[in-house]
Amino acid sequence: MSPPEPATLRRLLDAAQAPPDAVFAEAGVAARHSDAATGTVLAGRARELAGRSILMRVKSQLTSALALIELDGVVSRLTICPPDFTAERIGSAIVQAQVDAVVCDADEMEFGAGVERFEVAPLAVSDAAEDAAPVVTEWALPTSGTTGAPKLVAHRLSGLLGAIRPQEPGAPAPVWATFYDIRRYGGLQVFLRAASGGATLVLSTEGEPLVEHVERMRAAGATHVVGTPSHWRRLLMSPHANRIAPEYVRLSGEIVDRAVLEALKTTYPAARIVHAYATTEAGVGFEVADGAEGFPASFVGGLADVELRVVDGSLHVRSARAASRYVGQGDIRLVGDDGFVDTDDMVERRGERYVFKGRRAGVINVGGLKVHPEEVEQVIALHEHVRMALVKARRSPIVGDIIVADVVLKDAAPTPSERAALRDDILAHCRARLERHQAPAVVNFVQSLDMHAGGKLARR
Amino acid sequence: MSVRLTILKAIEQIAGEQNKRLAPLGDELALAESGLDSLCFAILVARLEDELGVDPFSASEEVYFPVTLGDFVRLYEHVPA
Repeated sequence: MSPPEPATLRRLLDAAQAPPDAVFAEAGVAARHSDAATGTVLAGRARELAGRSILMRVKSQLTSALALIELDGVVSRLTICPPDFTAERIGSAIVQAQVDAVVCDADEMEFGAGVERFEVAPLAVSDAAEDAAPVVTEWALPTSGTTGAPKLVAHRLSGLLGAIRPQEPGAPAPVWATFYDIRRYGGLQVFLRAASGGATLVLSTEGEPLVEHVERMRAAGATHVVGTPSHWRRLLMSPHANRIAPEYVRLSGEIVDRAVLEALKTTYPAARIVHAYATTEAGVGFEVADGAEGFPASFVGGLADVELRVVDGSLHVRSARAASRYVGQGDIRLVGDDGFVDTDDMVERRGERYVFKGRRAGVINVGGLKVHPEEVEQVIALHEHVRMALVKARRSPIVGDIIVADVVLKDAAPTPSERAALRDDILAHCRARLERHQAPAVVNFVQSLDMHAGGKLARR
Repeated sequence: MSVRLTILKAIEQIAGEQNKRLAPLGDELALAESGLDSLCFAILVARLEDELGVDPFSASEEVYFPVTLGDFVRLYEHVPA
């Protein structure tokens, strides 16, 4: 018996036998599953990319989805850029993943010598037959590194699909909709669920007002809607939440608090509300469907397909859905000798429940985006009046965490009006040099900052 | 300064900082149409906590997400400091 051939996205779409009306949809444009499985957004040039290391940098989620379908099983490595990836991070990813071709929009920047461009075009019918032997493509998903350079997390399609259960026979096909971008791990899971289930998927479009996105969800009859807690709070704080009536509401990507769960239950009384724990490194860990925050203590040692343990307060996960390694960083281990991934997510046991306390090592989660405090501290310290700064998280009921900076000034005791002007000036200095979510929301002036004996800032 | 004025002043300051064009601020204005996004509201709630000493989102056992600017102001006016 010959070994099974690798599953590819195209074969997955074929096998799903989607009904003719199942589409991947963005504002004003949609692609039928059957066309997505056979068409091209690369003018039929995918074959020129066979066996190469590719980076995908495309604005449209729909076009990105179609390119993923076209390239999986063809290229050897596929690095997927999230929409807000800076030019610096793209440059770093190109080096780390040894990229030699970029799939991009026609108006995209130059990527440097030795990197061939493949511009995307609207989906067209392709007469190129599938090559006889697809390869197992390595998917490289960026996660934020410690110094602004991204770390690329290596996954395979089989691992990415590992948490997806087949639909119950006879159940009506879901209509998926996502606030979460499919170029990030959480959104990618939604895309793969729709693709493997032959189901319609409603995507957001860059710059689209919330009301229009929600209205498209309503028009498509969205039954399964997915986003981060911050996405859901934004919807709940709008007059548009009642335009949709999902059967299934899923949250992931950030700590889920009781407030957002209760508000969702009130707004969508008929919906099954599930929050999932997943990370780019550890993959999908588990789902919590009992309506409460955190997760049952019985999950530790009690789940069938994933093992959890808590070591020094940090959640460790072992499963076949975890990534294998970091791309281009041989010296950094992703999985320990025992096969567990240390998530750096700190948990605390309260009775029969574990609750999430935030990140170890001070990585801050602002609306699902990670911020490294050291990076922000370095920028603040460049200000001419600043001696040193400590950046920390403050829990935010709107976006999970926000950034707060304690700042020691060089000059002693400025007047109150000088302090106010300095505060505004430091905030403006940060906004000019950092991405929006990285800049502090609040600056406090302090006399001194605590140090550990080793001379490092005391972060807790 | 009244709670309302403190809130309006903070909103205007944050809109300026974040280059957001504000809609005219009236009680019936839907927050979603105000011109501020989630991050702006997060900054607003953090700064109001410092200025007013309360965070009604976290202080209350009842769960309530405001939809209009009037809802938002009342949330702060009715929280015991």
